[in-house]
Amino acid sequence: MFELLGVAPQALFAQLIVGLSNGAFYALLSLGLAVIFGMLNVINFAHGAQYMMGAFVAWMLLTYAGLPFWAALVIVPIVVGAFGLLIEKLLLSRLYQLDHLYGLLLTFGLALIIEGVFRHQYGVSGLPYANPLPGYLPLGFMNLPYYRGFAILFSLIVCLATWYTIEKTKLGAYLRAATERPDLVQAMGINVPRMLSLTYAFGVALAGLAGVLAAPIYSVTPLMGSSLIIVVFAVVVIGGMGSILGSILTGFGLGLVEGLTKVFYPPASNTVVFVIMVIVLLLRPQGLFGTPK
Amino acid sequence: MNGKNLEVLVMAGLFVLLLAAPFVVYPVLMMQMLCFALFASAFNLLIGYVGLLSFGHAMFFGGAAYITAHTVKVMGFPPEAGILAGTLAAAVLALATGVLAIRRQGIYFAMVTLALAQMVYFYCLQSPYTGGEDGIQGVPRGRMFGMIDLSNDLTLYYVVLAIFTFGFFVIYRTIHSPFGQVLKAIRENEPRAISLGYRVDQYKLMAFVLSGTLAGLAGSTKAIVFQLASLTDAAWQMSGEVVLMTLLGGLGTVIGPAVGAILIILMQEKFKTLGDWVLVTQGVVFVLTVLLFRKGIAGEIAAYATRIRR
Amino acid sequence: MRSRGLIAGLMSIGLAATSAHAVDTSEGIKIGVLTDLSGTYSDLSGAGSVWSAKQAVADYLKDHPGAKIEVVQADHQNKPDIAANTARQWFDTDGVDVIVDLVTSSTAIAVVNIAKEKNKVALVSGAGSSDLTGKSCTPNSIHWTYDTYALATGTGSAVVKTGGDSWFFLTADYAFGQALERDTSAVVLKNGGKVLGSVKHPFPAQDFSSFLLQAQASKAKVIGLANAGADTTNAIKQASEFGIVQGGQSLAGLLVFLSDVHALGLKTAQGLVFTESWYWDTSDANRAFAKAFSAANNGKYPTMVHAGVYSSVIHYLKAVDALKSDTDGAAVVAKMKELPTDDVLYGKGTVRADGRKLHDMYLFEVKKPEESKGPYDYYKVRATIPAADAFRPLAEGNCPLTAAK
Repeated sequence: MFELLGVAPQALFAQLIVGLSNGAFYALLSLGLAVIFGMLNVINFAHGAQYMMGAFVAWMLLTYAGLPFWAALVIVPIVVGAFGLLIEKLLLSRLYQLDHLYGLLLTFGLALIIEGVFRHQYGVSGLPYANPLPGYLPLGFMNLPYYRGFAILFSLIVCLATWYTIEKTKLGAYLRAATERPDLVQAMGINVPRMLSLTYAFGVALAGLAGVLAAPIYSVTPLMGSSLIIVVFAVVVIGGMGSILGSILTGFGLGLVEGLTKVFYPPASNTVVFVIMVIVLLLRPQGLFGTPK
Repeated sequence: MNGKNLEVLVMAGLFVLLLAAPFVVYPVLMMQMLCFALFASAFNLLIGYVGLLSFGHAMFFGGAAYITAHTVKVMGFPPEAGILAGTLAAAVLALATGVLAIRRQGIYFAMVTLALAQMVYFYCLQSPYTGGEDGIQGVPRGRMFGMIDLSNDLTLYYVVLAIFTFGFFVIYRTIHSPFGQVLKAIRENEPRAISLGYRVDQYKLMAFVLSGTLAGLAGSTKAIVFQLASLTDAAWQMSGEVVLMTLLGGLGTVIGPAVGAILIILMQEKFKTLGDWVLVTQGVVFVLTVLLFRKGIAGEIAAYATRIRR
Repeated sequence: MRSRGLIAGLMSIGLAATSAHAVDTSEGIKIGVLTDLSGTYSDLSGAGSVWSAKQAVADYLKDHPGAKIEVVQADHQNKPDIAANTARQWFDTDGVDVIVDLVTSSTAIAVVNIAKEKNKVALVSGAGSSDLTGKSCTPNSIHWTYDTYALATGTGSAVVKTGGDSWFFLTADYAFGQALERDTSAVVLKNGGKVLGSVKHPFPAQDFSSFLLQAQASKAKVIGLANAGADTTNAIKQASEFGIVQGGQSLAGLLVFLSDVHALGLKTAQGLVFTESWYWDTSDANRAFAKAFSAANNGKYPTMVHAGVYSSVIHYLKAVDALKSDTDGAAVVAKMKELPTDDVLYGKGTVRADGRKLHDMYLFEVKKPEESKGPYDYYKVRATIPAADAFRPLAEGNCPLTAAK
């Protein structure tokens, strides 16, 4: 391990950029989870399946309708978000009065159904999705693919816009107020159930968006969500879901840490996030950005 | 007749059925059902009586299966020692993970256990003695206590039945002991239990360790029955499956989880050739149970019986 | 629940009653296709394997009208416990005589052990571990289509001979990936090449960019992918993103199937070299098989695993015919080893004492998009590796069957 510390600084820098591009996905996904959790107090286990749906809808748009990636970037979140809206209206809304665990169980069941249907329909070996931004920028120490750069920037913009909306606008103020005191907000004439529905739809749309972004890089397969979602759960536990900004920072941060692990001790890169989670739980059980109860 | 007597009567009836079962049902299938019935009952101890949803119980089930398979196959342990070793290992693992996990509650607890189980899974995948993807195969069933030949399916069935009965009895006694009453008090109102002077965290940890240990016993037994330990037993899908079994049978009921386990195994058996639809059906069962009958089969029947008696 | 149990009980009585007859050979032969019908490998095996087994039976019946042969199927979901359970039940109560396909090494090893215990037959086509003719060999099993050793030697030596003499490995960090890397680097070194390094990636992995950058930095001419399935396709996809092939390095897949190339698309997969034992576009008989296959399987084309299932079923039926009995599994397998193999897809070949089916292997290269003229027109043959050189020598396998002699 020590001789690897002799990795040239440029090579290290290359790895950091790559780590950041993974962090972009963690951030988008954990942000969606945090938004849903903050508002509905539901851990959306179907988040991974909805991310997978996003990639598949993008693939379908390209294959059946000939619509390119850039169109999918707009259409997919709407489609997947609408699907989320339907789930919230038909199923999830019936569980708000109960223990939050039932929301987790319901979405877990949904995840199984969605994954199973896609497996049946499309098999599992994966479908090709062409890179919309082929080519790379030769930086000397690495070839930075244009698409990775785009994915990092795009994710960052979406995350910050979400953060701004929730923390700094009037709409966000309503949302936060409805989280704290739904009865009061309702009394002020704001339709809280509709806000809940739209929030869930928005969180799901973020997952769908992450799916579109992933399609050109990863294989589009029904299994792509289930392995990722557990890591994202750990990210959420580490971040603490106390703040929107927290989940964004943790997402990108853990992408970087994972990237470094891949250089210095690759076999641990699958588990490093979980190890960090254990340490955080020992030292700060409420998570890095959480507030103690 | 009061509820407890009825419960005992039902259990006695079921036990007689189980004694006769291998003569009509394929014994290996029956053993599989018993292993999962014990697994689900152990899991239920935590969710049903402490209100903690663990999404990582596969780590005890699978971890114990690996230890048993390894000790019996490589180190030449007799089966009873192998099962004991696996169960003990699960207890140690449950203690280590429990200390961490009970620091959080509710949904966080579920996610923490899931993540911890995922670490154990990756360990099983990468460590040199677990055989990676192949798992540990061809574990000899051997002779129990040096004399009972387990290679006969019927003999093994009664050994498994004895193990199941033992595990089930431990759970039953725990639920009906003062300890079990405290657990229920914690489930109902934790701050109140604290104010009454109970060391809630210690109780939770003890319940977690007991639950994990018995899940390990189920996993160890399964390793002897199927003569192998594999990643399937440790994967997160297994954790999900045991949640489903317990939920379907009835959270917090005594025989519900066992009933749920048997139904799910039968369902998998029926749909064996259907491939992907197994996943979809399980998901549908999940959603329907959560939406329509949250008490589970046993819970709904009990509620129905109470209504009639009134 | 009681009534459920009762129903299950009654049904199994019914099963037991029928199976008492099925075990008797006079009732005919029962072939069980145990495969991945729903998981990661369902495209390279799965329903296509069931079709291939049925096709082999149909072709056999043309010459042997009146023989009673039945094909049944089940999904092992790539889980050894499910595979073992199904195999036991098939042998014990359903009268199955032979199990074919078996896609992952874990399920295959589980089932060959049970076949030995019950003295039935297991013919492995989908799984690759060379342990099946090594330490896990049995007198009741034959490993048909390919194995990891053959893929490693085929690709390793051919690539070194064509100038790819410095290697860097991307290895899936578990037993299978490590075995592939070990076997391939041995071949590379033996042929005068060098191994510059390797990086072990977690399994399964989504993102390979970090490992690919390390491979790129190594300046090795060839990047060997010692992994399988989605890991391989993801790695190839991302390699094209980072311009690895354009930068002058080439990729060598150590376990690639036609279905993987299809999933990648030619644009991404072009130039990839790897070893397989069969390709549909190499003879008229193969093309005819592929045509019928694709008509029956939603336009998919057969992989070598499908062809292997066909070939193994044909040879099994011939051996049973020669013996006039299928009751003694070990005797059938001994007969299969004694008779030379000959079928329309794999041509002439033999089965070795350790249960290794011997045939030529081929080094393929994926065509450029402009070279492809039709559906699944993906490969060109770079080299043929004669059967004698393709597989691990008998003595090196340490199969207990051959060591005892």
